[in-house]
Amino acid sequence: MSSRQASLPSLSIENASVIRGNRLVLRDLTLVARAGDIIWIRGANGCGKSTLLRLVAGLLSVTSGMVNAEGRIAMADENLALDANLTVERALQFWADMDGATRVELGSALVDMDLQSLADIPVRFLSTGQRKRASISRVLASKADIWLLDEPYNGLDSASCARLDQAITAHATSGGIVLVAAHQPPSINVAHSLVLDQKGVVA
Amino acid sequence: MRAFAALVAREVRLAWTGGGLWLPVVFYLAVATLFPFVTGPDKALLARTGGGILWIAALLATLLPIERLILPDRQSGILDQLALRGWSDELVALAKIIGQIFAFALPLLLASVIGSALIGLPEAQLGTLLLGLALALPALSGLSVMIAALTAGLSGASALGGLLLVPITIPLLIFGAGTLAEDPGNAMQLLAATSLAITALSPFAAGAALRAGRI
Repeated sequence: MSSRQASLPSLSIENASVIRGNRLVLRDLTLVARAGDIIWIRGANGCGKSTLLRLVAGLLSVTSGMVNAEGRIAMADENLALDANLTVERALQFWADMDGATRVELGSALVDMDLQSLADIPVRFLSTGQRKRASISRVLASKADIWLLDEPYNGLDSASCARLDQAITAHATSGGIVLVAAHQPPSINVAHSLVLDQKGVVA
Repeated sequence: MRAFAALVAREVRLAWTGGGLWLPVVFYLAVATLFPFVTGPDKALLARTGGGILWIAALLATLLPIERLILPDRQSGILDQLALRGWSDELVALAKIIGQIFAFALPLLLASVIGSALIGLPEAQLGTLLLGLALALPALSGLSVMIAALTAGLSGASALGGLLLVPITIPLLIFGAGTLAEDPGNAMQLLAATSLAITALSPFAAGAALRAGRI
């Protein structure tokens, strides 16, 4: 698993509100996560789970409030972000280069998500579940402190779900923070469960 | 620096594999091939107008890769992943512009040698044409990335791109055509200055457009 930086990662969100397309997606959301926390974010479709993850990732700005993340962030969402014509290994190698990860670390991430046998297959030939695993492998190889996983279990078979749970647990145990946005509860111990309702507030 | 080089290399690779390299070159050479059919085998006319046609062909060839420059990366989440890693949108745009210079500008410059032969451009003008295009092509690369960023995701992006590009490139076209005159000195200096300004500004304009397009 990834090695932690000198200062422990942390995440704090204070009274954050987000308006997107004239709609209040998140309202006065407050969340604090410390090293080792696994937080399950749940709620109905459109309640703001993905918005919350993009907010933490710095891809969206708050309308009001504050978001402060200490530590490197990696995210796996519905977008694959891998070049379709490259092999799985080469496509992931691009991001490994971006993250300063070694080939060994990338290889380890491939093994963790059982992708080593697919390493030489072009990304465009992967199934939905295999794409999801490749996307998660990028997060595993990134050496990031904070993982943001948006519906990571979608399309995964039970064995892959177990592998993902194992990776999440190992990351949290080594001092990382994991935010999992999912409808189904992860089969692992979560520090907090954050429920968003349709008005974007914590229920 | 290694990561930046990897991003530039990716742009060049995508151009090689996605048609971004060959399409503009083939289009450029097609124009050079077809033009003499229209004007007839009048060497004096071809010599007088051929350089200008090659300039217009280069300008229009700039439009061809626009749709593949930004939109696929936005749709696949690659731009988000770069932003997540702290890459400024301007730096991403700069990498794409440099990639375009390697994948679009240099091949087009080489094709100009063939194009000028096809069109029967006098040897004396060839050097001036190549120098002028070498000065202008970085600006055209910058403009193509900027317009790609501005129009990514819009319906009719190609047509809109053309409408945006043509007016912006008028100074380049005027000074570029001016370099084909008997004394190209002043026109060459103005072309260099205009190209430098456009090339320097385009990463910032493209970066702002990338940021504005993030949802």
